[in-house]
Amino acid sequence: MTAPAKSSKLIKGATGDWEMVIGLEVHAQVTSNSKLFSGASTEFGGEPNAHVSLVDAAMPGMLPVINEECVRQAVRTGLGLKAQINLKSTFDRKNYFYPDLPQGYQISQFKSPVVGEGQVHVDLDDGESIAVGIERLHLEQDAGKSLHDQHPTMSYVDLNRSGVALMEIVSKPDIRSSEQARAYVTKLRSILRYLGTCDGDMEKGSLRADVNVSVRKPGAPLGTRCEIKNVNSIRFIGQAIEYEARRQIGILEDGGAIEQETRLFDPNKGETRSMRSKEEAHDYRYFPDPDLLPLEFTQSYVDQLKSALPELPDEKKARFISELGLTPYDASVLVNEQESADFYEAVLGALADRRRDGKLAANWVINELFGRLNKESKDIAASPVSAAQLGAIVDLIGTGTISGKIAKDLFEIVWTEGGDPRALVEARGMKQVTDLGAIEKAVDEIVAANPDKAAQAREKPALIGWFVGQVMKSSGGKANPQAVNDLLKSKLGF
Amino acid sequence: MSVDAATTRRIAHLARIAVKDSEVAHLQGEINAMLAFVEQLQEVNVEGVEPMTSVTPMAMKKRADVVTDGEIADAVLSNAPATEDHFFLVPKVVE
Repeated sequence: MTAPAKSSKLIKGATGDWEMVIGLEVHAQVTSNSKLFSGASTEFGGEPNAHVSLVDAAMPGMLPVINEECVRQAVRTGLGLKAQINLKSTFDRKNYFYPDLPQGYQISQFKSPVVGEGQVHVDLDDGESIAVGIERLHLEQDAGKSLHDQHPTMSYVDLNRSGVALMEIVSKPDIRSSEQARAYVTKLRSILRYLGTCDGDMEKGSLRADVNVSVRKPGAPLGTRCEIKNVNSIRFIGQAIEYEARRQIGILEDGGAIEQETRLFDPNKGETRSMRSKEEAHDYRYFPDPDLLPLEFTQSYVDQLKSALPELPDEKKARFISELGLTPYDASVLVNEQESADFYEAVLGALADRRRDGKLAANWVINELFGRLNKESKDIAASPVSAAQLGAIVDLIGTGTISGKIAKDLFEIVWTEGGDPRALVEARGMKQVTDLGAIEKAVDEIVAANPDKAAQAREKPALIGWFVGQVMKSSGGKANPQAVNDLLKSKLGF
Repeated sequence: MSVDAATTRRIAHLARIAVKDSEVAHLQGEINAMLAFVEQLQEVNVEGVEPMTSVTPMAMKKRADVVTDGEIADAVLSNAPATEDHFFLVPKVVE
């Protein structure tokens, strides 16, 4: 928690360097069919108040009954975060008044959460990696939604989200820059998506974060923090932190003091502002929910879930590096998004020899395919080249049937016209010429036609490149470049 | 432990209960009487005693993850003083 920041992470102020201390509370919507304590649907975007039961509307006499799938998902998430799983936890009421909270309290876990301390390993763009501690994960209910812009004097309330299960994942204050915060949320989102416990769709509000920011002089005690509520994109998390840290430094350097408060981030202005009305709401008067018994399960239940966990990004990355010889960077690029990793694995599945061509396949997926998809703003799911087709192209290179250069032409054909790469190579005569007789004939012709250049090349061997180019051109790019090179060297006498 | 008049007002406000000035002293007395009783309870040694969550030993019942409820917007809204297009309408609250 007091890990020193690298000097590059510090902010220069008028009075010297400042260090940011950041902790995040991420609210992740649990992937489930029905709500945490009622049988109403969790489906996004229904008609107003359609997915609402009398429990969610807090009608008198209604009692909550917990959804076992939400418990299972919370435990699986805890396991994915390498965290302590608590076999017994309890639910508390967090009391506050707001029109989209019909109960007048949120059922949450305050005193004893279902998941305790864990850790997330985060790789940064500059090659550094950090470990961010997880303080806890608990289950709680989401609130409804208020619309304030529909009427001059009234707010509209829709309770469809009311009672949907959330996991609140609280980090330790281990984060020291906005880049680290963004990388942490990106990684957390990736783990949740691999586990299938949250879809991570930030546009639909499935994942949002409360960001705690304070600043201090390096090595000094922690400063007073401000909490920025409900930031709903990774980019905004970065912007909110940058703005907030500079605001606090400005106040401190002017001799002021930071007031602990809740703030809102305004994406249009790129700034945070105080949420004064929430100040007294901090007195939540938690107490155990008398409607709910403790949440209990056995260690063997946890062990079963653990043994059935999918391979997570860190493990997948390690496997790609150790089994296929990928670079750590390439492995990271492939595992960050599960769709990318799945596509790459499907390409591997289409290879005849994945140990030989796994690395080549990674290059093709990252450079050719992702490059092209980015250029055309296409999602991997909409890729015109399937994993099987790309696997076939890589296989054709790996077996020496086509050259890397021809492969790019082939990729272009498959991208625009589709078709079976192997059949295309046959039909369009794209096979690499490895027939030495044919290459030798081409080499002889070029050397004979260019006696001056041949003489020069004998003096200056670097000029051999010109001959290689000419032979490749005459073969339509199909000659095996290594064979051409070897033959030219012997013909030109060096 | 005891509460003063200001704390009594604050507790009432947090619970959204309107309290007249003339009622504060009386409520303060009632709350302090309860706190005195709790203080008396705190003299009992409960070291190592699990909090009782249920009179009979039983595990919390869990539901299967199936949609069995909802799609009753008219019923949900039937007691609301003001509605429009199946939304509840409340006096404007804006941050």
